[in-house]
Amino acid sequence: MILLENAGFSYGSRAILKNVTQELATGSFHFLTGPSGAGKTTLLKMCYLSLIPDSGKLEIFGQDVTALSREQITQMRRRIGVVHQDCQFLNHLTVRQNIALPLLVAGKNIEDSMENLEDLLSWVDMSHRADAFPEEISGGERQRLALARAVIMDPDMIVADEPTGNVDWEMGQRLLTLLVELNKMGKTILLATHDLNLIRSIKGRVPASVLRLKGGNLNMAGAQL
Amino acid sequence: MSWNPLSVLFGDSASDQVVPPKGNAAWLTGLASGAMAFIAVFALSLSLAVGRLADFWALDLARTATVRIVAENDALNTQTAAVLQILRTIPGVENAEVVDKDTQLSLLEPWLGSAIPADTLPLPRLIDIRLSKAGIDIESLQLRLSAEAPDATYDDHSYWRQPVLEASERLRLMVAVSLALTALITVIIVVLSAHNALASNQGIIRTLRLLGARDTYIARAFVRRITLRATIGAILGMALSMVAVLSFPTQPEADGLLSGLSLRGTDWIYPLLVPLMVSISAFIASRLAARYHLHSVT
Repeated sequence: MILLENAGFSYGSRAILKNVTQELATGSFHFLTGPSGAGKTTLLKMCYLSLIPDSGKLEIFGQDVTALSREQITQMRRRIGVVHQDCQFLNHLTVRQNIALPLLVAGKNIEDSMENLEDLLSWVDMSHRADAFPEEISGGERQRLALARAVIMDPDMIVADEPTGNVDWEMGQRLLTLLVELNKMGKTILLATHDLNLIRSIKGRVPASVLRLKGGNLNMAGAQL
Repeated sequence: MSWNPLSVLFGDSASDQVVPPKGNAAWLTGLASGAMAFIAVFALSLSLAVGRLADFWALDLARTATVRIVAENDALNTQTAAVLQILRTIPGVENAEVVDKDTQLSLLEPWLGSAIPADTLPLPRLIDIRLSKAGIDIESLQLRLSAEAPDATYDDHSYWRQPVLEASERLRLMVAVSLALTALITVIIVVLSAHNALASNQGIIRTLRLLGARDTYIARAFVRRITLRATIGAILGMALSMVAVLSFPTQPEADGLLSGLSLRGTDWIYPLLVPLMVSISAFIASRLAARYHLHSVT
């Protein structure tokens, strides 16, 4: 699914990632941890093709991303669902319209996907807030909305950057449960978090690994959960 | 990055949803386009009126001439008869008739008042000539006049016509330059507002890209919105300008003066083209701006 070989990335002269080597298998579940500024978001951005490594190799879905055209990158992005900590919604669109946005930009007929859309709203328990605007909903609802939007295109992989960072424990567990369900459906999950309790709580639900970023290097931390 | 230009107005309104309906550039584009269309229609009307006036001076007056005879009574009558005889026989003259005294006095009235001593005032004899399109052989006419009516002078009005023609040509040139500058300013405003719209919606562009939107899709959404605003603004500006033009008093150019800007006949088509031109300009300008902006933002 994702293959990193000595991948590096720098902002100017400041190296954020150095010789990162890791393989994420299809259908696997990974937590990405590390101190603030360790490069978690940078690594995630590389995984959802917002950044391209400036050294080494990154393969996603078996393709070297450094060799992809703009169009190929766009097509590949549609296979990756992204959940940001700050969500990045279009505030002038309703919850339902925001979830449908990936369909809209892909030129798909939303009417054909209405059943799927309503199922997703129900799945994330947002049916009653479907016509609200993002600024009118709570932090937990925003994260569930972001997750629904990330999966509407039935992606092969979900990349989530601190999705539980701004929500309480209970809401964090609800989000994790949704991600576990997606993983059981065969989706690869890469979840950045520094919440160790969240990481521990997955034990026994699905096999997961913890990747730790420190000093620009990525290591497998501890045993499989 | 190619698509059917007509889709901007008639297709894919779904893409329109992704651009926030409000923004600093929203009213600026419409207002600027409206103002530019207003000025353009006004300039066009002026250009057309000047054109009609120039045609009058160039064509209608070019086919008229005057023979003036300044002589004593007997000689005056003799030479008048001789001139009329010459004009009847020379090719290129459609009509020639003596301007009667009353008409001459009415022409002098604005300068000398109504109490003109008509009997004692030495007035020249004027013969009004209407020429055919082919015109006359002036040299031959003047030779015959000098031989048979030595006190007669042929006047083709060029002394009066030429400065007016030159002035109207320059005025038309100025109007054309004004129209070109108006178009240029419209394009600049549209480009600036497109850049403004794109720059102030960086977050939306970033999100759309992450959701798998192509740059063509993003550009189309912004181009469509900007083009529609510019077109609506231009239509309103044109309508207001045409109302203003219609309110001008009208007087036929046959008076030889620029006394009305009203549009006539097929002239009405030209103002209708202004919103179309604004729309096309806005489409091209905003598309180029969007292409440049999206390529420069990775």
